[in-house]
Amino acid sequence: MIKYVDEFRRHDLAQLLSSAIKKESDPQRQYNLMEFCGGHTHAIFRYGVQDLMPENVKFVHGPGCPVCVLPIGRIDNAIQLTQNNNVILCTYGDLMRVPASGRKSLLKVKAEGADVRMVYSTQDALKIARENPNKEVVFFAIGFETTTPPTAVAIKQAKKEGLKNFSVFCNHVLTPAAIQNILESPEVREMSSVVIDGFFGPSHVSSIIGSQPYEFFAEEFQKPVVIAGFEPLDVMQSALMLIRQINDGRHEVENEYTRVVSREGNQKAQALVAEVMELRRNFEWRGLGMVPYSALQIKQSYAEFDAEKRFAVPQIHASDIKGCECPRILRGVKKPTDCKLFGTVCTPENPMGSCMVSSEGACAAYWSYGRFRQMKSKPVEITPIEKKGTAECQ
Amino acid sequence: MCLALPAKIIAIDETTDMATVALGEVKKEVSIALVEDVKINDFVLIHVGYALNKISPEEAERTLQLFAEAGLTE
Ligand code: SF4
Repeated sequence: MIKYVDEFRRHDLAQLLSSAIKKESDPQRQYNLMEFCGGHTHAIFRYGVQDLMPENVKFVHGPGCPVCVLPIGRIDNAIQLTQNNNVILCTYGDLMRVPASGRKSLLKVKAEGADVRMVYSTQDALKIARENPNKEVVFFAIGFETTTPPTAVAIKQAKKEGLKNFSVFCNHVLTPAAIQNILESPEVREMSSVVIDGFFGPSHVSSIIGSQPYEFFAEEFQKPVVIAGFEPLDVMQSALMLIRQINDGRHEVENEYTRVVSREGNQKAQALVAEVMELRRNFEWRGLGMVPYSALQIKQSYAEFDAEKRFAVPQIHASDIKGCECPRILRGVKKPTDCKLFGTVCTPENPMGSCMVSSEGACAAYWSYGRFRQMKSKPVEITPIEKKGTAECQ
Repeated sequence: MCLALPAKIIAIDETTDMATVALGEVKKEVSIALVEDVKINDFVLIHVGYALNKISPEEAERTLQLFAEAGLTE
């Protein structure tokens, strides 16, 4: 038995929560609950949580998968870096298969001879830099607030050790900015084509930033937020807490994941990030377009470790793969099964878009766990209204 | 990508800010540069080779209690 895992997957408790949700939800109303985070999407599909909900409680999948939201231009940049013979590019495994422009991917350029190495941790990237003093080791960093502190630690460590051949291609993004962007998007605000009644707050992101940053938009947008753990019972309990808030007309930030998340978060990690990184004025997200102050860059005082400066990385605006609905799926406007390529041309073995690559992507989750059930049952009643100029693809 | 797992600290090396953790049967070396005052036998959340936070046993118990109570509401 694994402590803090198995207890949160108990079948008998799931049945209890399921009946409580049925009892407390009002059959006259619809509850559309957006899970921002890919980790929740994954848990919902893997454990069939949707099947334990009444018909009128639906999960809407959000953009919280760092692999899925990275725009193609940034992967093109990374591929360009690998064309420099002196560079060893290190990255997390999930990025290897993400399709870039011209049907390339890091995996393909590696097969063609580029030195791309999959690492588990930023510590591994530092080790590669120490072992290869004549090479330039670039760490291709992605991820939300959860994954940012380990990058900051590595940069500080490189400075302390005087590692001259280590740099970071920084693509770290911020959760609150993205949630706010979704709530402000015309699809959600004016046309109400996507009705979101409440949010599941991310588990591990919140373990770093705390629950406090969500207070602003719970108030501003009058939507309830419940910070939820990643295990299936956590998701169900949080759904119940959201339903109660919606029934009462409340819009507060509540925390279900108290065993890890506090209001203040991990202040040591926050201080480390603040020392090494600062806000970027603008960053492009797949599906959301340019989002102001939604990402981090390396501070001037650590500029020597910034790969964008060291290699003069250009800004590339690449278009998405034709036919791929990832951008709309990431905004919760479409479902994977709405995409014509889903399951035919695009599968996890041969992904066309980023949402099919990572196991936290909605397309991969539908394919692996929910495909047949989703096709049988009635789909979520969300009708997309296309607005010219909002989506940057197709 | 955002996967993080609860693991138990079984050894600490303060000079390098590293610890050995046990994830069920598996042992791993992780950095503890991001957490404060971790002790042997503490449970921490592990993500990309780093301990992110401590897990509170009291709060975990309380949450499990909430699940059990949910079924009893009228
Ligand atoms: S199924 Fe594939 S092509 Fe379609 S939206 Fe998902 S990732 Fe893109």
